[in-house]
Amino acid sequence: MSGHPSTYEPKYAATRWLDQRLPIIRMGADFMGFPSPRNLNYWYAFGGILTLCLITQIITGVILAMHYTPHIDFAFDSVQRIRRDVPFGWLLQPMHAVGASMFFLAVYIHMFRGLYYGSYKAPRELIWILGCVIYLLMMATGFLGYMLPWGQMSFWGATVITGFFGAVPFVGESLQQWLLGGYSVDNATLQRFFSLHYLLPFVIAAIVGLHIWALHHVGQNNPIGVEPKSKKDTLSFHPFYTVKDAVAIGLFLLIFAYFVFYLPDALGHADNYQRADPLKTPPHIVPEWYYLPFYAILRAVPDKLLGIVLMFAAIAVLFVLPWLDTSKVRSMRFRPVARWFFIIFLVVCFLLGWCGKESPDNMVFSVGTNDAGDPMGLNFLWLSRITTLYYFGYFVVILPILGLVEKPKALPDSITKSVLGSHKKAEA
Amino acid sequence: MSETITNDDHETVDEGKRDFIYIATGAVAAAGAASLAWPLVKQMGAAADTLAAGSIEIDLTKVEVGQQLKVLWRGKPVFVRHRTAKEIKDAVDTDIAKCPDPQTDDERLVANPEGKLNPAFLVMVGVCTHFGCVPVGEAGDYDGWYCPCHGSHYDTSGRIRKGPAPTNMVIPPYEYLTDTSIKVG
Repeated sequence: MSGHPSTYEPKYAATRWLDQRLPIIRMGADFMGFPSPRNLNYWYAFGGILTLCLITQIITGVILAMHYTPHIDFAFDSVQRIRRDVPFGWLLQPMHAVGASMFFLAVYIHMFRGLYYGSYKAPRELIWILGCVIYLLMMATGFLGYMLPWGQMSFWGATVITGFFGAVPFVGESLQQWLLGGYSVDNATLQRFFSLHYLLPFVIAAIVGLHIWALHHVGQNNPIGVEPKSKKDTLSFHPFYTVKDAVAIGLFLLIFAYFVFYLPDALGHADNYQRADPLKTPPHIVPEWYYLPFYAILRAVPDKLLGIVLMFAAIAVLFVLPWLDTSKVRSMRFRPVARWFFIIFLVVCFLLGWCGKESPDNMVFSVGTNDAGDPMGLNFLWLSRITTLYYFGYFVVILPILGLVEKPKALPDSITKSVLGSHKKAEA
Repeated sequence: MSETITNDDHETVDEGKRDFIYIATGAVAAAGAASLAWPLVKQMGAAADTLAAGSIEIDLTKVEVGQQLKVLWRGKPVFVRHRTAKEIKDAVDTDIAKCPDPQTDDERLVANPEGKLNPAFLVMVGVCTHFGCVPVGEAGDYDGWYCPCHGSHYDTSGRIRKGPAPTNMVIPPYEYLTDTSIKVG
């Protein structure tokens, strides 16, 4: 991890010996002493939180795999056995299941932080893109893992999602059969999902390595988006940000623990505590909460193929974001107009999630009834259409044009000046 | 390419010969990798026993008028619907020009050994052509089937009439063994 000159001096004969052969302590020391902008706020703690999430998922996952049976006749029961009979299984299984939700919660905050402070702009495009790859892999891993308990939602969620691939022109049906390993979601599907669910977290870990490498090569962004200009603008990562991250991690773990101990099933679906039944679709199939906005985009268009294309485009557009935003100013603190569009975007993402949860024909609000007695007003289908339009509009219309026409506020000369300047104002 | 040069150690190097060796070695390695990739890809397809999961026979006498039998065939439900007179009439009287996937009711039936169609029994794969959910019977705007997942409406012939599904519900390959029993698959 390059980026700043190494200041590590081995103190003992043994560490000198090691340093000449494998400078691993030096690497750790340089990592801990990494000069970080002195104005990072708590929104910057989510990198550390996400690392913790990944470690938690891998450790609990490896343990669960020791007790789980990836076979359609035994999977459902083996998960129930973990929760009831395996020592501390009642703790470890919910840690893994709730952990997935917490992982996504943290990654969404991390991504919105990057969007707000312009962390995707040059020279950090690759950090952002690697992050998008990690996010995509997380979604894949989450989906594969959700299949494993072999409940009703597991089965039907997998049926619907693999059905997407059946919509590909010409090769769709054979592609779908290839993915499933048969005509429908069956034992072959469950076993490959288990195998890949075990593999992907390690791929994620590898890409996290690249993500952090790139981050340490160009340095962190910060809330004002002005690069550090002198030593005064930075602080050593340890102890300043290790301590700050520790505070944030403590708070995060409180929320995590609250769900694990008091609401272990609140984020799941009751239907998934019924064994998978290929003859009966649950009345209302909904994905896990972290996929809901994309599910709403999928359902916003009446055409099957177009819906899928739009859903994947919603993620693909993130990859090209560094070239869509034309503004030279990184932080939205200094972009008075863009800031409002960002806040609307944030609300739209929540609305999309709400649309994904509700049935498209349900009413958001109704204003009386028509002659036939049907309620009139805005239904979730139209709300999801409006919000889908804004989601894409934000990236492909608003950000490109706004960068050219908006007049940003004056940027501070340096991080130090912005930090001390605000102090002086507060004292006065 | 193919020129002879002399390196620092005054050895003569035939560049053309070296290029040939590089390309030939690379080509062999690439062909080897590709031939190994195929089994790695192909293993994910349906296995022989899955493909061989043959056919099932269904006794139609057990299905009363207005009833629907659901049987599992190749991991998917097959609907055997004993349609009421009204359902058949609705299916036949439909103006198929209005259907997104136009098919007459007769086209969705299979003839018995005497070459006659039996409109009383509709046999189809009970899987919504949108994303593969199992539609609910006697429901929807056309009193046929309604898919709870994304709101596709099918009529009493299993034809898509409204909603996101692109095509009618699939008719599986089946034949009448006698007037009252069929073999699916």
